[in-house]
Amino acid sequence: MAKPTSELISGSNSKNQISGRASVLINTFFVIYSALCILPLLLIISVSLSDEQSVMTHGYRFLPANFNLAAYKFLIKDIDQIVHSYGISIAVTVTGTILSVIVIALYAYPISRSNFPQAKFFTFFVFLTMLISGGLVPWYLVYVQMLDLRDTLWSLIMPLIMSAFWVLIMRTFFKETVPEAVLESAKIDGAGELRIFIRIVLPLSLPVLATVALFQTLTYWNDWFLSLVFITDNHNISVQYFMYKMMVNIQYLSSNPNAMAEITRAGGMVNFPSETVRMAMVVVGVGPIIFAYPFFQKYFIKGLTVGSVKG
Amino acid sequence: MFYAMMLPAVILLVINNYIPMLGIIIAFKTINYQDGILGSPWSGMKNFEYLFASKDSYIIIRNTLLYNSLFIVLNLGLPLAFALMLNEMKNRFLSKLHQTIMFLPYFLSMIVISYLVYGFLSDERGYFNGTLLPAMGLEPVRWYFTKEVWPVILPIINTWKNMGYYTVVYMAAIIGIDEEYYEAATIDGANKWQQMKKITIPLITPVITIMTLLQIGKIFNADFGLFFQVPRESGALFPVTNVIDTYVYRTFLTVGDIGLSSAAGLFQSVVGFVLVFVSNWIVRRINPENALF
Repeated sequence: MAKPTSELISGSNSKNQISGRASVLINTFFVIYSALCILPLLLIISVSLSDEQSVMTHGYRFLPANFNLAAYKFLIKDIDQIVHSYGISIAVTVTGTILSVIVIALYAYPISRSNFPQAKFFTFFVFLTMLISGGLVPWYLVYVQMLDLRDTLWSLIMPLIMSAFWVLIMRTFFKETVPEAVLESAKIDGAGELRIFIRIVLPLSLPVLATVALFQTLTYWNDWFLSLVFITDNHNISVQYFMYKMMVNIQYLSSNPNAMAEITRAGGMVNFPSETVRMAMVVVGVGPIIFAYPFFQKYFIKGLTVGSVKG
Repeated sequence: MFYAMMLPAVILLVINNYIPMLGIIIAFKTINYQDGILGSPWSGMKNFEYLFASKDSYIIIRNTLLYNSLFIVLNLGLPLAFALMLNEMKNRFLSKLHQTIMFLPYFLSMIVISYLVYGFLSDERGYFNGTLLPAMGLEPVRWYFTKEVWPVILPIINTWKNMGYYTVVYMAAIIGIDEEYYEAATIDGANKWQQMKKITIPLITPVITIMTLLQIGKIFNADFGLFFQVPRESGALFPVTNVIDTYVYRTFLTVGDIGLSSAAGLFQSVVGFVLVFVSNWIVRRINPENALF
């Protein structure tokens, strides 16, 4: 017996629903999986809030053993370094993201225009970089020897500004959302290319600009590789790299009794709460991302939908 | 005007990509710093012979290919299943909530993830050795020295980190499908399973193909962070964690062998390039619509 279509659309048709049992299974499954996504972070937070001594004896626990803020108090002593690293990370992320969006849009617009004779060539010029690379060594030598950018913030910004992938996504977006007729009429009214781009194309393309900005923000904030390769002095250390160094240094100290003794002799502190401090540093480092991400991910999802439009 | 607009990008592409492409000649030279790159003597294929003669080359190529193949399968199968299930979830709010939570790991840097993993696997105090295994009456495992477990751990971490991303991509594709197909199918008496097989999967095949092609193109590029940060550079694990990317990094910046490192890098680049073309060609043969280029 056929049901009225209106009912089908509203989804009340029993045939187009999964069974109750399957539904319970699916729901249970996702509750478990979601828990697995959060638990590792809870473990870290719990350790950071624990008393060092009980962590040493009982190991890491999901509930803080003897709640204690010693780790954070210890980090506050080092607040200058942390604030400084935050400053570096923020400066690199903000500058990098802004430059990225501008540079990518400025390149994507001309190659999206059908009346630009070299559009094909320049599309290929950027696409080729997705396929071939010279490898780490020549690239490193360009930055260190030719441009002499080691230990500068530019070495953390420049390599990530251009992204062939986003150029192609943006080009597709411009092509599909901005009607040629509008551009033509603006031209007839006497607007120059740059003016058309700024006044007409950009305002119409906010979704894709926002998407690129979001992904680039994440890329810059989470980057540690460029620091690993280019940063040798202790001044330009970003948050991520600070966490990395901390891990490496503590590993070095704990596996090297001589170094420990050396530091004690020099009057340094060895007995700092190393386990809990490490985890507190992660909490401090993760902080902004965790707070920004529920807001971020909403737009990420929109952005991915923009991205799935084929180039 | 167009040329002026494109200038900054062109300069960056030249610096980041095109000059280094010319730098592949380093792989064919014996570099010494007095003569510079161009002045250094040619060494022919020596660097490559040396690379392929070492047993490292077998290990790094094997590891890179096996891990990445596994990652491609996992990044396709599981998120697709997740997306299909989430799509069936009646409660829209819960479905959104799970998506949001699943997306969290994607936002964490590999440094943070290496700490999270350390929280579970650290020798004495990690959650597994300190709490879970003793509670189950099992002996602690020295995770960072036991190479057998890493071929399981690394895929789990990779999947855990990327699951949210791929699930959302597939979700977006599924939501984009016109409801009318399902209505028609329901009237014809198709059940859920049939609808999935005959409507959902075929209609999102283009997205699946592109996502997979993009990954195949990078099958020779390992996720440097995953293989470098997460195992914490434990030498005991190199047989199962050393991949081309970590090898290139170590031979260059730790060992300082420019020639060998560039040879490995060039090899990686060339094979990767060939693989993109071959896989794209295959897809084009099957269905030109789905090809990347």
